[in-house]
Amino acid sequence: MRTPAIHLAGLRKTFGPVEAVAGIDLEIADGEFFSMLGPSGSGKTTVLRMIAGFDLPTAGTVSLNGRDVTQLAPYDRDVNTVFQDYALFPHLSVIENVEYGLKVRKVARKERRARAEEALDSVRLNGFGARRPSAMSGGQRQRVALARALVNRPRVLLLDEPLGALDLKLREQMQVELKQIQRDVGITFVFVTHDQDEALTMSDRVAVFDAGRIAQVGTPEEVYEHPATPFVAGFVGTSNLITGPAARRLTGRDGTFSVRPEKITIADEGAPGTISEVIYAGPVTRFVVDLDAGVRMVVVEQNRRTGTAALAGLRGNRVQLTWLREHVIEIGANRAA
Amino acid sequence: MSFFHRHPRLRLAALLSAPMLWLVVAYLGALAVLLVSAFWTVNGFTGEVVREFSLQNFRTIVTEEVYRNVTLRSLGVAVAVTVICVLLALPMAVYMAKVASPRARHWLVIAILTPLWASYLVKAYAWRVLLANGGPLDTLVGTPGYGLFAVVIVLSYLWLPYMILPIYAGLERLPDSLLEASADLGARSGRTFRGIVLPILVPSIFAGSIFTFSLSLGDYITVQIVGGKTQLIGNLVYANVGAANNLPFAAAIATVPVLIMVVYLTAVRRSGALEEL
Repeated sequence: MRTPAIHLAGLRKTFGPVEAVAGIDLEIADGEFFSMLGPSGSGKTTVLRMIAGFDLPTAGTVSLNGRDVTQLAPYDRDVNTVFQDYALFPHLSVIENVEYGLKVRKVARKERRARAEEALDSVRLNGFGARRPSAMSGGQRQRVALARALVNRPRVLLLDEPLGALDLKLREQMQVELKQIQRDVGITFVFVTHDQDEALTMSDRVAVFDAGRIAQVGTPEEVYEHPATPFVAGFVGTSNLITGPAARRLTGRDGTFSVRPEKITIADEGAPGTISEVIYAGPVTRFVVDLDAGVRMVVVEQNRRTGTAALAGLRGNRVQLTWLREHVIEIGANRAA
Repeated sequence: MSFFHRHPRLRLAALLSAPMLWLVVAYLGALAVLLVSAFWTVNGFTGEVVREFSLQNFRTIVTEEVYRNVTLRSLGVAVAVTVICVLLALPMAVYMAKVASPRARHWLVIAILTPLWASYLVKAYAWRVLLANGGPLDTLVGTPGYGLFAVVIVLSYLWLPYMILPIYAGLERLPDSLLEASADLGARSGRTFRGIVLPILVPSIFAGSIFTFSLSLGDYITVQIVGGKTQLIGNLVYANVGAANNLPFAAAIATVPVLIMVVYLTAVRRSGALEEL
């Protein structure tokens, strides 16, 4: 196997009494689009900051391309960061911002100007070089920050919730663009986000963070279809958790099981229950069904034919739910934090 | 209240009439009187003010070497004090805003503000004692004695807080992520300071310099206390008001620092420093 771009071993970080990162072991392959997904306070940003060198780990090591960089300062590491607030230098023009890293590394004036313009081209901002960051929109600033990092051709690019401040439309557009840029330049992207849609759409692999630990690492499909813990099942997408006596009644076994709402259909036979809520959400409708077996299930149906008028009267109706056996995923317990 | 709500202009008048009156009468009025009386003269025999337009005072100031020397000396002191304050305030403000814990920061701000509560005179006299022959400084390292050097030291001491506070405020507004971004792009601390921190702080430094520069330019009490025989513009004004009993000439001299400050403010305005005040 090739040397991983990033190798984290036994990484821990405490801030006073708070353990932000509680032991992380992780390998990220060269050229991978890797996402760290988790709620705020789960330690994902702290891990990113330790890879960049802004925070020093309390214990454990960070290796980049096989070299231990745990004690190195940020300026001695071959990584670049796109910050959540973009962190553009307000007193410099856009092109000067992009050039900054090259200028610091003493690249000749002509070459650095050419490379900076090229980087601005690649994020579709040609012609904006003379502007001040303050004269640009959020989406444009985001791309300047990206160009400023990419122009240095780092082995690894770290992105700290870079799309967090953008509105939904722009976000979706930037998700596609980021993925495209990553494929073009072929460098490793480590992408921190709390948005599960974002992580699922963009990544080759996702690490789901829970209370300073990694609950699961895998491809988006693995993480979504086979959540390892109830936390992952609940955080990545919506999940119907079946436990206790209900589990025995519905599956015939003891344990904790998860069924995704879109895997369930309302049919003529199956587990009986009562519709307690009908939520119309544009392309789909969500039904909340209280099964007689003693568990509440969320069911999502595509609105192919259904109209709102027809839906209104469904609350209180008796229905039956079915699902395929292979869509019932047995999951382990949450790891103690 | 609904009356004022329906008459926004009257509301504005009620709000601003007192400060406007103060500004026009007390502030601009005094300045105008100063400017007008600068063109008057004093009868050499009777000592009475002659209220006729004359350029005599200004001619004296421009032609006589002693006035030019005092003006240049005052300018030099103001510049030296400002430079010293900048050099001392920068590292102090950086420590306060970016290094110290929030708790320590709180106490440091208090420590910098409390000397401003103490009387100016007491602080100046404290330095007189410090600098005296056979005083504490003399026994430790030797004293420079009273004179121009002492004036610069004491004025720097007095006005330092006015430089620290705007720089500290400027640094507080500077996001840490900018410093991290600079390091991330390969810059060591020195480079980050020169390339990012300093340029962003220029308006704050100029804002502080407006205080240190103008306060030094107009000071005459410190000069009297620790200046020995040194004379600055303020001392000439004071001497002409008192001993020489020549108010018009005092007014004419007083227009010199006013003029210098106007030039200075115009120059500084371009840097955006006035928005920092």
